[in-house]
Amino acid sequence: MFFEYDPVIYSRILTYVTLGFHVIFATIGVGVPLLIAIAEWMGIKRNDPHYTLLARRWARGFVVTVAVGVVTGTAIGLQLSLLWPNFMQAAGHTIGLPMFMEVFAFFFEAIFLGIYLYTWDRFKSKMKHFLLIIPVAIGATASAFFITTVNSFMNAPQGFEIVDGVLQDVSPLAAMFNPATPTKISHVILTCYLTSAFILGTIAAIHILRGNKHVYHKKALHLTMVTGVIFAMGSFLVGDLSGKYLHEYQPEKLAAAEWHFETETEAPLIIGGILTDDNEVKYALEIPYALSILAGGTPDTEVIGLNDFSEDVLPPLFVHYFFDLMVFIGMFLAGVSLLFIIMSMKKGWNPFNKLVTWLIIIGGPLSMVAIQSGWIYAEVGRQPWIINGVMTVEEGATTSPHVDLMLWLFILLYAVLGVTCAGVLRKMFKNNPVEHELEERGLSHKTAQ
Amino acid sequence: MDYEMIGITVLWFFLYGYLIVASVDFGAGFYSYYTKQTNKNHITHNIIQRYLSPVWEVTNVFLVFFFIGIVGFFPDTAYYYGTALLLPGSVAIILLALRGSYYAFATYGAEESKFYSFLYGATGLLIPASLSTVLTISEGGYISTENDGVQLLYGELFGSLYSWGVVLLAIVSVLFISASFLTFYASRAKDSQAMSLLRKYALTWSFPSIGMGIIVFFLLNKRNPEHFQSMLDIWWIFGLSLVAFALATYFIWQKKHLGIAFILVMIQYFLAFFGYGAAHLPYLLYPYLTIYDGFTNETMAISLIVAFIGGLLMLIPSLYLLMRLFLFDADYIEGKK
Ligand code: HDD
Ligand code: HEM
Ligand code: HEM
Repeated sequence: MFFEYDPVIYSRILTYVTLGFHVIFATIGVGVPLLIAIAEWMGIKRNDPHYTLLARRWARGFVVTVAVGVVTGTAIGLQLSLLWPNFMQAAGHTIGLPMFMEVFAFFFEAIFLGIYLYTWDRFKSKMKHFLLIIPVAIGATASAFFITTVNSFMNAPQGFEIVDGVLQDVSPLAAMFNPATPTKISHVILTCYLTSAFILGTIAAIHILRGNKHVYHKKALHLTMVTGVIFAMGSFLVGDLSGKYLHEYQPEKLAAAEWHFETETEAPLIIGGILTDDNEVKYALEIPYALSILAGGTPDTEVIGLNDFSEDVLPPLFVHYFFDLMVFIGMFLAGVSLLFIIMSMKKGWNPFNKLVTWLIIIGGPLSMVAIQSGWIYAEVGRQPWIINGVMTVEEGATTSPHVDLMLWLFILLYAVLGVTCAGVLRKMFKNNPVEHELEERGLSHKTAQ
Repeated sequence: MDYEMIGITVLWFFLYGYLIVASVDFGAGFYSYYTKQTNKNHITHNIIQRYLSPVWEVTNVFLVFFFIGIVGFFPDTAYYYGTALLLPGSVAIILLALRGSYYAFATYGAEESKFYSFLYGATGLLIPASLSTVLTISEGGYISTENDGVQLLYGELFGSLYSWGVVLLAIVSVLFISASFLTFYASRAKDSQAMSLLRKYALTWSFPSIGMGIIVFFLLNKRNPEHFQSMLDIWWIFGLSLVAFALATYFIWQKKHLGIAFILVMIQYFLAFFGYGAAHLPYLLYPYLTIYDGFTNETMAISLIVAFIGGLLMLIPSLYLLMRLFLFDADYIEGKK
């Protein structure tokens, strides 16, 4: 590497690599069970075997991604202790409860997922099998809930007292339900649903673009876009509330995202641009009053600027781009799914035309990019703190001399896992195309509706 | 019982649970590979696949439970073990990751390959070996805390007879526990060919496992006389464990009561494991850390215990459902479903 060995820097990079890789699969793991449940439900309610097959095929792909989610989750769980021993020591005292409960949620989910997968044709009543996906979806969302409270705590720590360096008056519930919790949890969970809907939508759209005319794919696209538009609106709304949270509790993070230097009212929102050496913003698009509205709901809200903070607690200013990217993608996804819905409601318009299909296809990968940028913004924007205002990243890190070696090993591991996972998924569905499976199940001529 | 004892007991139960379910899984991976190499795969393949497919994820959670739980109950362990175990811990993570995902790729992606099967077999033995170093380190003498930092003494670890003894014990135990479970499972499936092959494996590994147990016991005397002495004080627990072993082996040899035989194997390891653990107390890490100075605050302890009880109330019925559908449903095991 280009710098001297420093366990802190390597620990940060390794944490990012692991979390960044895990979060891809975690997002799918939280969102896809819900979509499977919706598809299976539609299959039963409308007595339409296409939806049932949709649920079946999604579930089959889902287990492969869950496997990678599970192993990378296990990695991050252990790695937090290995790389951030001092942080985990402090966290154990304060925020151990939700971490502990998260494992219960996984347990619950894992048991029912095992049952769900192997009992497709085992019950006489289809409803019974549908009921099994409910605990999977609940377990997945609950685990996101619990782990995100931990991350909220890192941003808005409360529920303890430090007197002469000794931890006192710990209240695990207060630590869990801190000011960051409501917005953080709802934003994370909604964006998981949104991203999953778009990724499944991308798959259906690819088939349609390739000229596959089967209604199966059209139904899949319609289902994912209807759920997509709901979750996109939700994410948008809660994203706005997250801005208000930041204004109140982490103003330096918000100011860094917006390169907002002077404390003022009627602050504009800055999009894109570059920052010169003397902190001048150039080539940026300015939306007047928008930052004040994001922060407090009205144009006369006063937004604290970066100049009012001491240099050494400021996060790096490049987070601006990540914030912009996330917001841009959020608007894009909402726009595309809305366009699709409107076009399919109007008589005579074809929502499956080339342009819309292409937009949906890029929506899936983009939503994953938004997840990554959102997290990078949220985590790097908290720098230099690991627990905001309480412990710095440096204090939390390991002192071990071998983190660099581990970094290379894990990068190699994730590369191998990522490539094989993609390969296996591709092969799985290529070798068993929908038409083939429909025929096999005697459904090829039965086109409901 | 004080909170510290409740905490460590809960965690020890989970580690024991992991020891049993993971051993079955690890050993099954090894046998699956081994029988492929010796062209006996057609005999055991179905049994191993039918059992493993629905449960592998559940196995993993037992481990996660333990290491998340221990940080909750005993946050100071994160500091000592976390710093010392970076290397062996990461190696274990990588092996677990490869094993779990490649199992899923092979099973759900339906891609049979020699390489996957080798990976699955090899990691089945390497993971218990690398995880067992944690128990070795807990005996003390493998960690230095000079210059303000906790460090693992690799020379000491790799040069010590005791640590190699523990590694061997872990491996032969895995093979024994697994074979005795699979023998039982095969007999439930009325697959007599698989049963007799697996029975042979169980008998092959029975004496090495108990032999290594006894050898490690005496090696401990040199390593940590204090712990050894506490174990001698409760010698009867280990005596009972030996009795359970003898009965189990007898039943397997006689091809009788195979279900009870496996329960006896579980009892054998339960007694040895809890005997070992009880004698280890109050130390979590000789001589630095006891359960009393590494404990979390009282409020957290109470809430963890409440969460634990709530969690169990939810899990036990679900686990029961899983077992009823896959472990004890005769039609499923026999492959009719
Ligand atoms: C598909 C993903 C996605 C999309 C479309 C959006 N976000 Fe987001 N955002 C996330 C995915 C995400 C995330 C990955 O889930 C984050 C990272 C940490 C967190 O709490 O959620 C996040 C964090 C996050 C934060 C920081 C919260 C904190 O640090 O506590 C703010 C202020 C916003 N978002 C605001 C928005 C706005 C105004 C959006 C408008 C469209 C938006 N997000 C769309
Ligand atoms: C929800 C629980 C999470 C916890 C407890 C957590 C914890 C941590 C810790 C301990 C660090 C190291 C300290 C630091 O450099 O800031 C860190 C950094 C980081 N995490 Fe998170 N994280 C969580 C979620 C995520 C997710 C899901 C991502 C997704 C990508 C993520 C992205 C990052 C990044 C990018 C860094 C590096 C920051 C830097 O280099 O400055 N985090 N996180
Ligand atoms: C510090 C951060 C994190 C830790 C310590 C962590 C821990 C874990 C662990 C241990 C597993 C494996 C569970 C098992 O064995 O079944 C896992 C899987 C998973 N994690 Fe993470 N995780 C973190 C971040 C996240 C985030 C931010 C999310 C979601 C928003 C998430 C959601 C999931 C999901 C959905 C799975 C897949 C589990 C399944 O489907 O069975 N994790 N995680």
